[in-house]
Amino acid sequence: MDKGTVLYGVDPLIILDHYEIDYHHSYAQDSPFFVGLTKGQLLGSRCTACGYTYATPRAHCMGCGAATSWFALPLTGRVHTFTTCHYGGEIFLKETPFTLILVEFDGADTLFLSRLKGIQPDAVRIGLPVIARFAKAPSFKVTDVWFEPADQA
Amino acid sequence: MRPVYMIGGGITKFAKAHPGKDFRLMVKEAYDYTLHDAPRLSKDMIDGAVGSYFSDHFTRQLKAASMVQDYLGLCPKPSKRIEGGGATGGLCFQSAWEAVASGRMNCCLAFGFETMSRVNTWKGNEFIALASDTNFDFPVGGFYSGYYAMMVQRHMYEFGTTVEQMAMVSVKNHANALHNPYAQKAKRLTIKQVRESPMVATPLTMEDICTMSDGAAVCLLASEELAEKVCDRPVKITGVGSGSDAMRMADRPHGKVILLPHERESDYQHLKYPGVHSFRGGRMAAKLAYEMAGIRNPLEELSFVELHDAYTSSEIQTYEDLGLCRYGDGGRFIESGVPFLPGLDYGLALPNQGQLPVNPSGGLLACGHPVGATGLMQAVFAFWQLQGTIGKHLNNERLQVKNAKRGLIHSHAGTGTYITASILEAS
Repeated sequence: MDKGTVLYGVDPLIILDHYEIDYHHSYAQDSPFFVGLTKGQLLGSRCTACGYTYATPRAHCMGCGAATSWFALPLTGRVHTFTTCHYGGEIFLKETPFTLILVEFDGADTLFLSRLKGIQPDAVRIGLPVIARFAKAPSFKVTDVWFEPADQA
Repeated sequence: MRPVYMIGGGITKFAKAHPGKDFRLMVKEAYDYTLHDAPRLSKDMIDGAVGSYFSDHFTRQLKAASMVQDYLGLCPKPSKRIEGGGATGGLCFQSAWEAVASGRMNCCLAFGFETMSRVNTWKGNEFIALASDTNFDFPVGGFYSGYYAMMVQRHMYEFGTTVEQMAMVSVKNHANALHNPYAQKAKRLTIKQVRESPMVATPLTMEDICTMSDGAAVCLLASEELAEKVCDRPVKITGVGSGSDAMRMADRPHGKVILLPHERESDYQHLKYPGVHSFRGGRMAAKLAYEMAGIRNPLEELSFVELHDAYTSSEIQTYEDLGLCRYGDGGRFIESGVPFLPGLDYGLALPNQGQLPVNPSGGLLACGHPVGATGLMQAVFAFWQLQGTIGKHLNNERLQVKNAKRGLIHSHAGTGTYITASILEAS
């Protein structure tokens, strides 16, 4: 039912203009990573030519251009850097404060962005050992994995 | 390539909102100011235009640059739109330079704008975060202030940079803006006030972060022949450079520093580069611009810098990328006083105050950041500095860098994914 137009001002004339859309979003060649999360696996990419290892999905090597193959990352790593967000984009405001970390893994040349849960923000340190946790009911999003301090394992 | 000159520029006041003016009218005002300032230039001498705005989400009008083109009465001349995140304005400036340098045009207009007030600040932050990988970065809690906070946490860990050093950038840029009537957020601050303002993403507070704005800026670039004919004090563009990096900062390598002529490999024996603490794209942009302009030691050969201080932390990181100091010395560089203006009172003890002013305009922190206009705003301030006409355009001389010979402007996107550096020289 048309509820009419919301006016915010008359001089100049300002109206409410609503917009929303649904996408058919394909993860395409990165799909196995998201399937892996549902099985408690964290998949990285290893270059089949130069051996460089990425802690993120990447079907082709950024250095040499060759195809990569999937490999299982360790489920434990360390905090490479961190922040606690007290504000955020509108859809994340209700989740504040939340802590973001970049995770470094033994055996991977690059990092992985995730959330750190189960710790007070002021206790987070670079080098803190962390362990991956997986959602029991997957949403097929990168947030199906997060990290917690490894000493609470 | 042939020499290219900047012959005119104009900006609107950057403001939280300009509800009485749409983007066409904002650009028109900056354009009219530009033409008024270059009375011997007529519209028929302009061969075409490049328009810049960052976000289709903010504008919700595709091909908005076409609407500006017709509003300015420039149809049917060549026109295109440039988009490159936060570096949109800098890329637009360089695109106009390319049009003239290649001989395709004798005079090219670069215009940029953003209308960010159409959504609330946190929806705006969400839009901006869509300029991070929407499969892997955005869903985790996509927030640019969070990304920059993580980068500077690592900078602090690697180099000992402090939050007080970051706060000094905020004190400097907001105080400079007290003398810039175009700025949105001029004020006198102390380090304590910066630290006590609301925490956004540790360690960045509200006063460490620039604000969203509505605004527009315009630059006119021309060939040497036309510049000499229509402009009393044209400014030569002697170097352009740009660089890039991986979209996901998690994917950045940990390798060797890209060296500038005044640096040696032994300076950085133990540094893993760029990691997430430095912007390799910014270093690449600077290196290419310096090579074209023949600059070997930027600290000694530049008169001022207008750089992309979306965050106090990124100003410190950028000092290093531009080679104004060594990697790791950015915090000590601001503490030394070098990037402050001489002769202004900041309420700080600054041993080498004013050796190389950085962001004399107040930068993004104080002017605001209407994304598509920002890189062009820097060019306009640099143009006025090098013409020696700051007094005329700002109605006071306080921010005029004495005997300004050569300036650098620096525009920066994403977490360092597109970066431009351009060198302008007084003629």
